[in-house]
Amino acid sequence: MSDQALTSSRVVSLEAIAEQQSRGTERRRIWRRFKRYRPALVGLCVIGLLFILAVFAPLIAPYPPEEINTPLRGAGPSADHWLGNDDIGRDILSRIIYGSRIALIVGLGATAIAVTIGVTVGATAGYFGGRVDFLLSRLVDTLMSFPLLALLLTLSAVFGPSLRNVVVVIGLTVWASYARLVRAEVLSLRERDFILAARASGADDRRIIFRHIVPNALGPVIVIASLAIGSIIILESALSFLGLGVSRPTASWGTMLSDGREFIRNYPHIAIAPGIAITITVLSFNLIGDGLRDALDPRQRE
Amino acid sequence: MLSYLIQRLAQGILVIFLVSLLTFIVMQLAPGDPVRLLVGQAYVTPEQLEAIRAKWGLDDPWYIQYWTWVSNLARGDLGTSIIRQGVPISEMVADAAGMTLRLNVLSFIIATSVAIPVGVLAAIKRYSWFDYASMLGSTIGVAVPNYWIGLMAIVVFSVNLGWLPPYGADSWKGYILPVLVLAFEEMAALARLTRGATIEVMSQDFVTTSRAKGLAERVVIFRHIVRNALLPVITIIGYRIAFILSGTIVVETVFAWPGLGRLFFNSIQAHDFQVVQAIVILLTVIVVVMNILTDLTYAFIDPRVRVK
Repeated sequence: MSDQALTSSRVVSLEAIAEQQSRGTERRRIWRRFKRYRPALVGLCVIGLLFILAVFAPLIAPYPPEEINTPLRGAGPSADHWLGNDDIGRDILSRIIYGSRIALIVGLGATAIAVTIGVTVGATAGYFGGRVDFLLSRLVDTLMSFPLLALLLTLSAVFGPSLRNVVVVIGLTVWASYARLVRAEVLSLRERDFILAARASGADDRRIIFRHIVPNALGPVIVIASLAIGSIIILESALSFLGLGVSRPTASWGTMLSDGREFIRNYPHIAIAPGIAITITVLSFNLIGDGLRDALDPRQRE
Repeated sequence: MLSYLIQRLAQGILVIFLVSLLTFIVMQLAPGDPVRLLVGQAYVTPEQLEAIRAKWGLDDPWYIQYWTWVSNLARGDLGTSIIRQGVPISEMVADAAGMTLRLNVLSFIIATSVAIPVGVLAAIKRYSWFDYASMLGSTIGVAVPNYWIGLMAIVVFSVNLGWLPPYGADSWKGYILPVLVLAFEEMAALARLTRGATIEVMSQDFVTTSRAKGLAERVVIFRHIVRNALLPVITIIGYRIAFILSGTIVVETVFAWPGLGRLFFNSIQAHDFQVVQAIVILLTVIVVVMNILTDLTYAFIDPRVRVK
């Protein structure tokens, strides 16, 4: 008995090692291609820094983000307040640092929701085909024909502005492109031999979809997702700018721009820093996306 | 070809129907009672409230209300707003749509006439300083929120220099900032796209062949490369035009431009959901029609698609 157990455990571990090694070399190959595109490395460093800022904001920010300092209302940059103070005297640098939390939470959270829904819907539609495919595809068409920002504004107005609602509402509206992509990938994978082999060895639909098909369709999904994070961050800032995103007094780059707009005649400096913060963040995510596209999908290389 | 067209039209109509249904359901979930908003602080008896509800058909079940709305819509009647009475919604929307259209047509002409030559030139002179500079500019350009550029333009040209009005559409000067701000964003995206498409065409065999048979470089570039590179660009332009109207919401709000975007935003804030519904439907119809037109244009100019 002990003999048999020993053998089977050895077989399993050998298999596991082989799998780990092949994954390891694949990962290394992707990383090697990724870092050939220098701008993507710069983007990765910037986003890394942004993560550190977001996680350790209370330690890094020189002042509490909501601390009001009335005498310094609208003061320009100084030695104590590097980026100056806003219309009610809050430290702009501290609010920018705290605002990175909102941008990252919304950008990554909404993308995660959208990818989850999109991959599931796309895989289901592509795998089962027929009536299921028809219904799901019409749903995807409908969502893709909606004017996105108009839909987001309406939903935020209906459900009320809050951080959680912004993440959910954006996630629920931008998944259609993933569904379309995954569906097409699944259609081409469905008839391949390894799927037949999996079915012959007794795997059920769920296992085939999520263990065999989805992992093979994931490359392009990751590329699109990384390129979409930036536009979601811009969407969040636009919603907050219009007062239908993250509610005050939480520091979000969009609400800061909205403050800046109100006082643009007297204190134009308030509107400068949040815009630069958004641009740098979106730019970095886009550069990472370009790098990933080169690394994961050599067909799409320019 | 005809059956394809009919199929696309049927799908389009189905999509518009689904959008109208979804929009209507979302509107039903909206908090706040339009009749209460209409009455405001005035004192009214519950009977009077009921009478107002009955007059507007608000006491019917939602599917009857939906049916009334859709059947009026199908006849092109958008109704009148409960909140802002007097002006029919169709008139409100038409006026605003005209202003938005003017803004977008102007910015689109500027964007394409700059972006396409820049993209083609960057591709032909790949790895030159012009290529690096224009791609650096457009990579940053797509990352900047357009409404922030608007704010900065107001700071520089209105507040500091005093050359242009910060908002309004009263004179031609009011057009300059919003048109340029919208053009800037479009320009960045289109230049990147044109460059990518051109590079792809340049690596194809027929380009080598046309060079090998001794055609002048000018002929190779204009007749063979640019013409083929513009195919995908035209498609993407079509899809972008479809969505451009909803993209102007924030910019119109920044410049207080009396267009569709601002009407939409103001209506949301005023809880005037009838106007919101009307605009969403209009935008969706534009998207669907533009997508069909784009596909047809593509089939028309590219014989390879027609054969399939």
